[in-house]
Amino acid sequence: MAAFRSNIFMLAFFLCGFSVFVTGDFQEELVIKPLHSGDIYASFQFRTQWDTDFLLGISHYRLFPKSLGQVISKFSVRELHISFTQGYWRTMQWGQPFLPSPPGAELWVWFQDTVTDVDLAWKELTNVLSGIFCASLNFIDSTNTVQPSASFKPLGVGNVTDQRFLRYAVLPREIVCTENLTPWKKLLPCGSKAGLAVLMKSEKLFHSSFHSQALHIRPVCKDWQCKSTSWELRQTLNVVFDLHTSGQGKREWSLFKMFSRTLTEACPLASSSKVYVDITDNPQGELFELSPATPLVSQAVVLGDGRTYSVYDLTDHATFGQTHSLNVLLRWRAAEREMLRPLLHGERYVAGYGLQTGEIHTLVYNNHPYRAFPVLLLDTVPWYLRLYIHTLTVTSKGRDNKPSYIHYQPSKDRLQPHLLEMLIQLPPNSVTEVTVQFERALLKWTEYTPDPNHGFYVGSSVISALVPSVVAMDTNNTQERPLFSSFFPCKEESTYFMRIYTEPLLVNLPTPDFSMPYNVICLTCTVVAVGYGSLYNLLTRTFQVEEPSQGLAKRLANIIRRLRGVPLLT
Amino acid sequence: MGTAGVSASCINMASCSSLKILTLLSLFLSPTIVETNNIEAKAGQFFSSGHTNNWAVLVCTSRFWFNYRHVANTLSVYRSVKRLGIPDSHIVLMLADDMACNHRNPKPATVFSHKNMELNVYGDDVEVDYRGYEVTVENFLRVLTGRLPPSTPRSKRLLSDDRSNILIYLTGHGGNGFLKFQDSEEISNVELADAFEQMWTKRRYNELLFIIDTCQGASMYERFYSPNIMALASSQVGEDSLSHQPDLAIGVHLMDRYTFYLLEFLEDIHPSSTTNMKDLFKVCPKSQCVSTPGHRTDLFLRDPGSVLITDFFGSVRKVEITTDTINLTAPMVHLEDTRPVRELRTEIQTYMDQLPVAEIIHQVKHTHTTNDNNRCLSPDFNPVHTSGLTPPPKHQVVAFLVADWCCLLPTSGC
Repeated sequence: MAAFRSNIFMLAFFLCGFSVFVTGDFQEELVIKPLHSGDIYASFQFRTQWDTDFLLGISHYRLFPKSLGQVISKFSVRELHISFTQGYWRTMQWGQPFLPSPPGAELWVWFQDTVTDVDLAWKELTNVLSGIFCASLNFIDSTNTVQPSASFKPLGVGNVTDQRFLRYAVLPREIVCTENLTPWKKLLPCGSKAGLAVLMKSEKLFHSSFHSQALHIRPVCKDWQCKSTSWELRQTLNVVFDLHTSGQGKREWSLFKMFSRTLTEACPLASSSKVYVDITDNPQGELFELSPATPLVSQAVVLGDGRTYSVYDLTDHATFGQTHSLNVLLRWRAAEREMLRPLLHGERYVAGYGLQTGEIHTLVYNNHPYRAFPVLLLDTVPWYLRLYIHTLTVTSKGRDNKPSYIHYQPSKDRLQPHLLEMLIQLPPNSVTEVTVQFERALLKWTEYTPDPNHGFYVGSSVISALVPSVVAMDTNNTQERPLFSSFFPCKEESTYFMRIYTEPLLVNLPTPDFSMPYNVICLTCTVVAVGYGSLYNLLTRTFQVEEPSQGLAKRLANIIRRLRGVPLLT
Repeated sequence: MGTAGVSASCINMASCSSLKILTLLSLFLSPTIVETNNIEAKAGQFFSSGHTNNWAVLVCTSRFWFNYRHVANTLSVYRSVKRLGIPDSHIVLMLADDMACNHRNPKPATVFSHKNMELNVYGDDVEVDYRGYEVTVENFLRVLTGRLPPSTPRSKRLLSDDRSNILIYLTGHGGNGFLKFQDSEEISNVELADAFEQMWTKRRYNELLFIIDTCQGASMYERFYSPNIMALASSQVGEDSLSHQPDLAIGVHLMDRYTFYLLEFLEDIHPSSTTNMKDLFKVCPKSQCVSTPGHRTDLFLRDPGSVLITDFFGSVRKVEITTDTINLTAPMVHLEDTRPVRELRTEIQTYMDQLPVAEIIHQVKHTHTTNDNNRCLSPDFNPVHTSGLTPPPKHQVVAFLVADWCCLLPTSGC
């Protein structure tokens, strides 16, 4: 008993002497946005906030996953952003995504300024992440890693931006499948057993036009005063379901049709669990009918536009009704108007013919009628496409448009890729075209992949821009905004920050015929054998006369003659 | 009889000698012979297999959509092994190509083993450790021998010890003495035998079960020479292993015959079943398989009839229940936290500007450290002198930046 009391006293002393209380917060939300093409866009966001200080050396993992916490502390990571995407986001048909991502796997990390060898930490970090996410991230090495000089500024709080601590890599060939989703789901506090994550069934999620899962770790302000920071982990999953493959051509969407599940409860560990449905185009319900009806309506400024959302609060038991399950149903009544063209849009393609040279064209569209704005274009090209930078041209509206900032780092064979960053001012209502010619290199025969005739991928270009917004943005960074509108920090009211990705390129390199060594050996050996054999025979063969063998009748006759003692026949 | 049985299966010397002493004492001290026989039988059964943990290495070596059946083979063995208790952390799964999310798959995120899409062997909870281009002969041999680079994560390592029973399953295209990896390289039976010998000398396994489902599979186990290996193959030398059935909706053959009947056999096994290896040898006779499955047990010390299927395919732990109470040691004393308390920072922190245009344009570049760029510069613009000092006035900034990459433009005279 005395030991027990002393233990309690020790524990109380321990807690009081500990000035930073270890707490955490978990929020989850799902945004459903019907798109003008008939498809539907669903975006899950899970946010875990963790107030801890690694310098004290004590880490209590309650909501934050332990594997990621250990990764952050071991490699002194300041920010980590990783995304796995299958499919390409079609901006002209679907509008702008809440969180953009390029096809394949993308990883960019800001390290703390206490790290002495950033490249070594980067290499070990990619190996550890490949084990956590069951992805081939160990293929990230110096040949596809770059250090951008102006793009990818930190998204968290801080004031130091020495770009030496930033690393960026993209693997456009990376496949995303259930084996990547399984460990991603296991990082959530409730797993896939309660809350919004029960909707994530792989058979439905991967049968879609676009699927992207991402993880973002950054330091954020703990409260509105912003005198101390806490760690934020955001896990996002964006999926676009196609009208014809998932919707059977009928313009009627529901949670059950999209995910083959309905919601039954919120995650018990979540402080807020909400479903938002975008009803901006449907103010009086004339376009589509939303059931079950909900009285909660929320307004938010997202992507420069004011949108209205119907909100279902899952922490309130009344939301689930009599059946104890929530199935949000949208049924269309009327045809839709045309959607507004997105303000910023990018395209990229390879021109040219043959297997020696080619040309990369990147087109950036500014669809604003009267405002010009700057964009930062980041291009990473592998070393085996040798860029001729003297042929680089940037033209807008037919005239030369000189970039105000260019950073170019040439490639080194088998060591580092090309890096091209340009700050271009886009004139209003125009198309800017960036072209550069390249030459294809011949690789060593061991460097080809097992299927070289498929081609080689070049990662997407990244276009970062400050786009003018239609309504005034909210620069006050409070916690009350929905998650999907508070990812990119806002500094000005008239513009908002956006990042878009172009298509990746698929380029054929001159590929040797790998069966030739075998063919050459067979042919050469045959020729040598036939040639040597014939010559040897000619030189060493001698001819001898031989009696022809007699027929059977003559042999029998000779035997009888021998017995009789009479001379033999010839 | 009892002591002989115990000593035959004893590998650990300490437990062997103590067990011998125990059985001898029990012989002399116990009053009835029936009771001693009972204890000996129990002890013999307890130490019969000698393993404490189970591992599985499942490899599919074929690429391309028409080799769907090899991925389905591997995933069906993965599914059985997981169902019988081996956790993902003890399974190294290597798939050379992605069939589930392949664009030619009419049902994404599924891999079927039976036609008419009856059984999805991919499931919703799968962890593939090596995938795509990572499945190479070098990586496979490194996993077996444990010689991996230090930064390899745990899920990609075979962390077995000398008390581990390992199941190794290989499938793909093969020939007489070799197995083809991803249509570009091969592993020979000699290399495989040497790898197993390395594992034996490094004490990385207790017993090893090797199953191979390829054409002429029996040639792959002909060269083994390490003890405690049992091998099964789907066909003899000179025979081809055939595939089972195509599915017209998916358009490819779904499984190979040997693994199809192996899966059917394993579906009847549960963690407490007592089926032994002799039943496994009878799987897929010539009438069903068209090829003749073969097996090799001469290197294995135990009798195959006494080896349970769950010794390799499942993770059955030996549990001894005791009703004795055990006293724990004195409770631990919490150490005081003597580190200084960290004061709260008082300055307000802000988010960064994502696209600071003015700052980017005025950025003084420190990129002229590599030798490659030196040949671009004329004597007038030597960056060693100009960078790092006071920033140049605004009207010269654009000129300075233009001059830095002027050598890249076709105009001359920088």
